[in-house]
Amino acid sequence: MTTDTDNRGAKGDILLEMKDVEIDGFSDERWHKIVKGVDLTLRRGEVMGLIGESGAGKSTLGKAAMGYAQPGCMIKSGTIMFDGIDLMALSETEKRKLWGSRIAYVAQSAAASFNPAHRLIDQTVEATIDHGINGETEAKTDAVELYGSLQLPDPENIGTRYPHQVSGGQLQRIMTAMAMSPRPDLIIFDEPTTALDVTTQVEVLVAMRDIVEKFNTAAIYITHDLAVVAQMADFIKVLRYGDEVEEGETRQMLSEPKEDYTKTLWSVRALHKDESPSEDIALSIKNVDAAYGNTVKVLHDVSINIPRGRTVSVVGESGSGKSTTARVITGLLPPMKGSIEFNGQPLPAALKDRNKDQLRRIQMIYQMADTAMNPKQTVAEIIGRPLEFYHDLRGRKRDGRVAQLLEMIELDDSFMDRLPGELSGGQKQRICIARALAADPEVIICDEVTSALDQIVQEGILKLLLRLQKELNITYLFITHDIAVVTAISDEIVVMFQGQVVEQGLKSQILSPPFPDYTQLLLSSVPEMDPDWLDKLVDERS
Amino acid sequence: MTEEPQSYSAAGEVGQVRLRRSYGERVWIALKKAPISAWFGMIVIAIYAFVAIFGPFLAPYGEAEVFAKADEPWTMFGGNPAHFFGTDQIGRDVLTRLIYGARNTIGIALVTTLLSFLIGGTLGLVAAINRSWLDQFLSRGVDVLMSIPSLIFALMLLSIFGSSIPSLVMIIAVLDSTRVFRLTRSVAANVVVMDYVEAARLRGEGIGWVMRKEILPNIMPPLVAEFGLRFSFVFLTIASLSFLGLGIQPPTADWGSMVRDGSRFIQFVAYDWTLALPSLLPAGAVALLTVAVNFVVDWFLHKTSGLRDDH
Repeated sequence: MTTDTDNRGAKGDILLEMKDVEIDGFSDERWHKIVKGVDLTLRRGEVMGLIGESGAGKSTLGKAAMGYAQPGCMIKSGTIMFDGIDLMALSETEKRKLWGSRIAYVAQSAAASFNPAHRLIDQTVEATIDHGINGETEAKTDAVELYGSLQLPDPENIGTRYPHQVSGGQLQRIMTAMAMSPRPDLIIFDEPTTALDVTTQVEVLVAMRDIVEKFNTAAIYITHDLAVVAQMADFIKVLRYGDEVEEGETRQMLSEPKEDYTKTLWSVRALHKDESPSEDIALSIKNVDAAYGNTVKVLHDVSINIPRGRTVSVVGESGSGKSTTARVITGLLPPMKGSIEFNGQPLPAALKDRNKDQLRRIQMIYQMADTAMNPKQTVAEIIGRPLEFYHDLRGRKRDGRVAQLLEMIELDDSFMDRLPGELSGGQKQRICIARALAADPEVIICDEVTSALDQIVQEGILKLLLRLQKELNITYLFITHDIAVVTAISDEIVVMFQGQVVEQGLKSQILSPPFPDYTQLLLSSVPEMDPDWLDKLVDERS
Repeated sequence: MTEEPQSYSAAGEVGQVRLRRSYGERVWIALKKAPISAWFGMIVIAIYAFVAIFGPFLAPYGEAEVFAKADEPWTMFGGNPAHFFGTDQIGRDVLTRLIYGARNTIGIALVTTLLSFLIGGTLGLVAAINRSWLDQFLSRGVDVLMSIPSLIFALMLLSIFGSSIPSLVMIIAVLDSTRVFRLTRSVAANVVVMDYVEAARLRGEGIGWVMRKEILPNIMPPLVAEFGLRFSFVFLTIASLSFLGLGIQPPTADWGSMVRDGSRFIQFVAYDWTLALPSLLPAGAVALLTVAVNFVVDWFLHKTSGLRDDH
């Protein structure tokens, strides 16, 4: 490395100081305030966690720390001082000299941030060489070292691969190496682990934390996951509607938050449901094997029993066959082997062989409410269609029932003629629930229904689902990778790994020791609010 | 911050703030922002439509009425005041022929384009939803049709089936529907994989509903833009077929055959430039409408694709 580590300031010097920053965004033909005068002070070697719901302005503020406003945004007023340099006064060219050399940015989607046509190592060192910080050979040697300290497998050779040849978690770590390569003073992590599985997330978190500590780099860590921020940050700043709610030292913020809003954020995970066993099986799949295109076998001998009026959660990382199981049950993917029974009667394997009544009894709610609703249909049309189709309700009767359903999901009939584009994320998911309810179903398959939502909205949706279950005795098959959700709402849990069922049983049985190896790994990887959790986990695993 | 209500209500959750406007208001706002070229295109199309619809009332004479001799245009150059653009080689009033020509040429082109969209659009949607042997069958069939140069193919088919107006419409519609099929299939393929289409199929909806209600509304913008372009192409194809003598047959007036009839006198233009008018006027009419339609389509595509030149 060059000697630039020598002229860095000591730990504890103020590196970044943002004062009264206001940022406006342009949409719908007018300017909106996105960030309304926030102060932020970051010292060398410190990690600041920025948390808040979506739309809180945390990403915009994080980018502003680089002196950057994304297209359609404008930093209206305030001062941003980076190591004595006024970023607001710099020209684009001068700022570009800082970016990628002294300030680096790690984006949420690593897959979208790499050029698929270049080798990883070339992309890792590109900025370092371009800014003349290091020569090519030195930079590459250093990159290999970084790969090593980020726990990447085969650090010598992984750089010669192309982005599609490594996994998502590895790509995210390589992106961290890329940010670290020019030894920046400040790194901005923008939701770097949101798109990853819990088991992968842990590896990435450990790697990122260690490397930030090792090089004494200051960082801003943007996330909506409290448990993650608890592991990474020294300080936490809570944002809401573009305003600061409060800021404090991590431990103190976790143990005694001052503001009510922060308390609600903290308490979301307290949702709880008492399990109740039942022998009355509504739906069961027996010894199912399934494959896509008769070649890639994704399910191996899967058997699951779903008792009536209960919630069965299927957990596992992506690729474990959770969603495929749902597709088999709905008839979209007829199994190669095995059978599906519904109320003791065999259910035809293929969708086209099922009659209207069988279709009506099993409904589905999707992860992305955005794509699950036709953007050209109004709420009344979306919810009204199953009423027309299954129950032959028309005209005023149909509209009356739509209004009733909207009430059940805690919305009102003013929503009837809105289009999906005019709803928030949580409202969209509620409309999807109402559409499923309109059919009067016995079983609802929920495929990751809350994973695209903020914590508070998530809690609202889960409460709603629980209430509906109590009122209507609906059976849920809940597919998720979020263990916090699982513990909150399920009666029974099915753990899946590589297309096989590892374990099935009551929540209390599955969540108490002894665990099979995979369940152990999965459960221990779920971040907890305890700031020491990651350290303890690393100790245990090493 | 503390004055913010902390209790949670689903209805109060902040959705995207968007003003609700009626359809009419939205159209008006879009029109107000349209560039001059689009306005020009729309006005020209409106004039053409007006002329085509009210042709018989506007035309001073009958469609194939023959007058004694060829007249020069424009009174001020010594022409007959009864024939504004003069008369053609067999003494028919050029203005009258132009007006009737608008009716025939545009009318037939419109019917042909509509028919080609009906055929190509329906089959394209079916292929996109079905994705099995049927898709393969239709797509490969279209490939075969597209591999033959369409004008030559049309000429061949016209000489087989005879050049009546119904066979002209059918042949061009079928040949043109291959392009529509390709476009519909590819844009619909992106919509078919959406969860809401899957949800409709899980509900047990038939293919007709899925096509009409779930997919079609979401692929309309590219189809409408393509309609404008296709119309121009069909219009030109008919004009060129008529020019070659295989399109619309006399005595029916149409612009393509008017260009052909008048073209024989082009070489005498050196002696009297007004002789070029009987062929240049219909050629100009074809060109102007094509340009106008393209202006409107460009604007529409630009608007719906979200492309922006500025910022």
